[in-house]
Amino acid sequence: MKSGQEKVGAVLVVGGGIAGMQSSLDLAESGFKVYLLERSPCIGGVMAQLDKTFPTNDCAMCIMAPKLVATGRHPNIELITNSEIEKLEGEPGSFEVTLAKHPRRVSSEKCTGCGICAQECPVEAINEFNEGLLPRSAVHIDYPQAVPLTFIIDKTVCIGCGICEKMCKANAIEYDQAEEQQKIDVGSIILALGFDEFNPEIKKEYGYGIYPNVVSSIEFERLLSAIGPTGGMVLRPSDYDIPKKIAFIQCVGSRDEQCDKSYCSAVSCMYSIKEAIIAKEHTEGLDCHIFYMDIRTFGKEFEDYYNRAQEEYKIGFTRSRPASLREDPETKNVIISYVENGEPKEEEFDMVVLSVGIDAPKDAITLSERLGIDLNKHNFVSTKKFSPLSTSREGIFVCGAFSSPKDIPDTVAQASGAASKASSIISSERGKLVAKREIIPEKDVRLEGARIGVFVCHCGINIGGVVRVPEVVEYARTLPNVAYAEHNLYTCSQDTQERIKEKVKEHDLNRVIVASCTPRTHEPLFQSTTSEAGLNPYLFEMANIRDQCSWVHMHEPDSATEKAKDLVRMAVAKARLLEPLKKATLDVKRNALVIGGGISGMTAALGFADQGYKAYLIEKTSELGGKVRHLHYAVTEENPQDELFALIKKIENNENIEVFKDAELLSIEGYVGNYKTKISYENLEKEIDHGVVVVATGALEYEPTEYSYGEDRRLVTQLELEKLLAEEKINPKNVVMIQCVGSRGESVSYCSRICCTTAIKNALQIKDQHTDAKIYILYRDIRTYGFMEDYYQKAAEEGVVFVRYDVDSKPKVEITEGNLKVSVKEPNIDEELRLDPDLVVLSVAAIPDPNNEELSKSLKVPLSKDGFFLEAHMKLRPVDFATEGVFLCGSAHSPKFIDESISQAEAVVSRACTILSKDYLEAEGVISIVNSDICSGCETCILVCPFDAIDKDDKKKAKVNELLCKGCGACVAACRAGAIQQRCFTDEQILSVIRSAFQEVEV
Amino acid sequence: MLPTFEPKILAFLCNWCSYAGADLAGVSRFQYPPNVRIVRVMCSGRISPRFVLKSFQEGADGVLIAGCHPGDCHYSKGNYYTRRRLTVLGKLLEHVGLDPRRFKVKWISASEGGKFADVVKEITEDVKKLGPQNSLKRVDENE
Repeated sequence: MKSGQEKVGAVLVVGGGIAGMQSSLDLAESGFKVYLLERSPCIGGVMAQLDKTFPTNDCAMCIMAPKLVATGRHPNIELITNSEIEKLEGEPGSFEVTLAKHPRRVSSEKCTGCGICAQECPVEAINEFNEGLLPRSAVHIDYPQAVPLTFIIDKTVCIGCGICEKMCKANAIEYDQAEEQQKIDVGSIILALGFDEFNPEIKKEYGYGIYPNVVSSIEFERLLSAIGPTGGMVLRPSDYDIPKKIAFIQCVGSRDEQCDKSYCSAVSCMYSIKEAIIAKEHTEGLDCHIFYMDIRTFGKEFEDYYNRAQEEYKIGFTRSRPASLREDPETKNVIISYVENGEPKEEEFDMVVLSVGIDAPKDAITLSERLGIDLNKHNFVSTKKFSPLSTSREGIFVCGAFSSPKDIPDTVAQASGAASKASSIISSERGKLVAKREIIPEKDVRLEGARIGVFVCHCGINIGGVVRVPEVVEYARTLPNVAYAEHNLYTCSQDTQERIKEKVKEHDLNRVIVASCTPRTHEPLFQSTTSEAGLNPYLFEMANIRDQCSWVHMHEPDSATEKAKDLVRMAVAKARLLEPLKKATLDVKRNALVIGGGISGMTAALGFADQGYKAYLIEKTSELGGKVRHLHYAVTEENPQDELFALIKKIENNENIEVFKDAELLSIEGYVGNYKTKISYENLEKEIDHGVVVVATGALEYEPTEYSYGEDRRLVTQLELEKLLAEEKINPKNVVMIQCVGSRGESVSYCSRICCTTAIKNALQIKDQHTDAKIYILYRDIRTYGFMEDYYQKAAEEGVVFVRYDVDSKPKVEITEGNLKVSVKEPNIDEELRLDPDLVVLSVAAIPDPNNEELSKSLKVPLSKDGFFLEAHMKLRPVDFATEGVFLCGSAHSPKFIDESISQAEAVVSRACTILSKDYLEAEGVISIVNSDICSGCETCILVCPFDAIDKDDKKKAKVNELLCKGCGACVAACRAGAIQQRCFTDEQILSVIRSAFQEVEV
Repeated sequence: MLPTFEPKILAFLCNWCSYAGADLAGVSRFQYPPNVRIVRVMCSGRISPRFVLKSFQEGADGVLIAGCHPGDCHYSKGNYYTRRRLTVLGKLLEHVGLDPRRFKVKWISASEGGKFADVVKEITEDVKKLGPQNSLKRVDENE
């Protein structure tokens, strides 16, 4: 064991799903070495299995693939797959972890991922990735985009026939690989193990595993996927027929004491609605029906999604938990027995999807014992409300579904947040263990004619088995400007990289073309080889003659060879016109401006300070604390006031934080890395230079106009009730709470997320103070997601009465002769319930601050249709704005709980550190540039740019901010004068490529 | 003389969705006719109408444009510009006598390898039936 003195600038991230990848990327980009440990053969996790994601119906693979690739090739991330933790020693800042690496039996150095072995393997085994719906071979990868793209031999099914070894041209098969041990030193650990699906076989009454047409929701997800077993066709398993009527049953393995899963899985309502919508989009005339207990669409823009499912997609919703399923033995249809409005009913479906719950990961208990961390009673990692990312052991952090069931955006936010926590304890070690970038002098080629080298790849037999590669090489040699051409067995192999460098020198080449696979995976590798050869990396071009030629024309060698020649000719036409690019660089002001002094803003400010950066915290009122100042109770045992004041004290005593109260933002200028902001505070003015901005302005409480609010002192909001309870000013005997006041279609269309739990929290508090008080909660759906469900159960057990009402017949509040009267119609009993409360509590909506509009304009960031700030991407960039350098957290994003706000605030710190930790910022290379001699100043490009990267200079001509431009080229196509060009994709280059598609183009 | 007419079709694909979809067609070994030549751009919003006109002028028998599904754009809204621009262009091309089956704009995601193959099959078959494209092809040898 090490002495406690030396800290290690490295972090171990356990679990390679979307959370693990996000943590790793953030850490690697902020100056820390990362070991990313994954027990399965490749990273990607559950998200890789998903077809679409809610509520935007984004294609999961489309949005995740760039992260997979970035994680796989980051110089500061070491992927350790097919491995597990064996032992942990040491202390925070300096842990020693022993890992068990299971044999892969395929060499990760040699395997090129070509897949010939799997095609020839005679074994058929269960394909876990496709949920057993399709077989796979013994030597396999999980999915085509897998990272690392190294095959693995499943020893349990391998028959040892030796075919793969004979077929592998790269000699990568190593049957005799043994178990290995690896010891690594890290400063901190992040647990991102995710979850396992509930096994629906446990619920015998649903006949899963017996009736073929009863499938789990994750199996159904694979059926919807274009890369799934049915290619995206919804087919029922018994006869591969197209179903006409599908039912979804919610809460299978959630909210169910019988199978020891009392908590809510938080995501199943949304994913079932999504699956129903996508299934309908895939299958004409399909009828989808969802059986549920409460619909819990509590997240940002989830309620709209639910409404659209009903109105636009005509998906049926029935509030009932079916008792049992049975099968019609002849048709294999499934008959659902359920009770609706007290009446037993039956309905027949072609197929039934069980919306399975989220279980703690299978290895949670073993791992927690090895690491010495506490789990909660549901076997998830135990965390606290005010430290949602910390485990019980110092130096070990948690994120994602491993601490409680959650969706992708909450997971991603926590993943970034955990990265911030994990790095803050080793912030002194930043930059010490990361890969150093070698600077290779570049040859100036601007005045030379193009001398192109063409390297054509056989890719084993992947290309060479179809395309006559030597013929393509011969042809390439005849093309103008081609000074050298050759073919390689694998152009991507390490020895070929060396060869390319030699040939560049030998033949004095100044452009390199590789004709092989796809630039999407291999361009960076060849670009770095080009760079190591002393050429600017942008003097490289690729021709895709595998994925888009030999693989798709396998039976047409003549046409494929001709096409490969065309593609090489087109690449030559482009390469000839390529120019060396320099990326713009800029210094970074290493401090942050945080707008809003509530729990989110304070957490963010403290996070920056812990990372060693200065934070300016501006608060518009005269006190820090925001809405939490008014909270006296948490549903858990913590005391919000104690926690809040401890935090305020830390902020005020931290020399890295400067607080401005009664402050207002006067103006903000600049861009990422370099902002200049004027503020006024306490009648003074100040100018602040900073590198990033954080929006943490929170939300407001809706002031109700309904239910006679304001007419009687006994009509209060939940916040007002909390104050009364804390001051012990009331002695209520008979309390009625009304949910969704303002929310879900009244004043605002969304669900305010927090009010159900808040009502239950305060009901329990009343019960605690006044045991005999009668409490009625009038609700539409109770949305106590995750472990908060346990408090709903507790309230019910303590005698709180929950009465449901329909949106069409809302409760009525009357004040007659000084008495409060509430009447409500419970939809199941066709009678009006009349109550005589002495206190009516309104659970009012959380609404966006009207000042958001002005702030959004000064920061040039968008608002959502509901008036909250709109992040860059709803799923994968929850705390970033599309404008780089500006971030958001807390209720300014959408209503949320304290722990969720804290997670987001920590996430902001992590995301911002990827900027603040840099010596300088580097722009993208492939950006747009303006020729101001031609620019007419029409401003079309300014309107078109999605990143606000174009402005006018003092001559009223367009000017691209190189640091903000992301290189989409939309402005180029929009420019009426032809004054903007995109580097690497200039009009001249593309037009030359077009021309060369039909004929040889001379210089 | 060729025994059958083999058209040449140019496809402009965005890097993030449709080019990835075309790669996936390869990884999944979906076979499609070898008549298409793919030009990669970062975003379908980069595709200037000029590229389409130039393709036809150089002798393309068909042109296919594909980008991310609306709402899925990697650059948030580039494909909306594509949609607007190329709708106008499509109408214009039809007006000057080009058969609309020769010019297609499609949304193909990174997971729709099968769709990419189908789209290529469809445009190739259509264009084969129509025969060589001469209405916009350059006749003058000196540009």
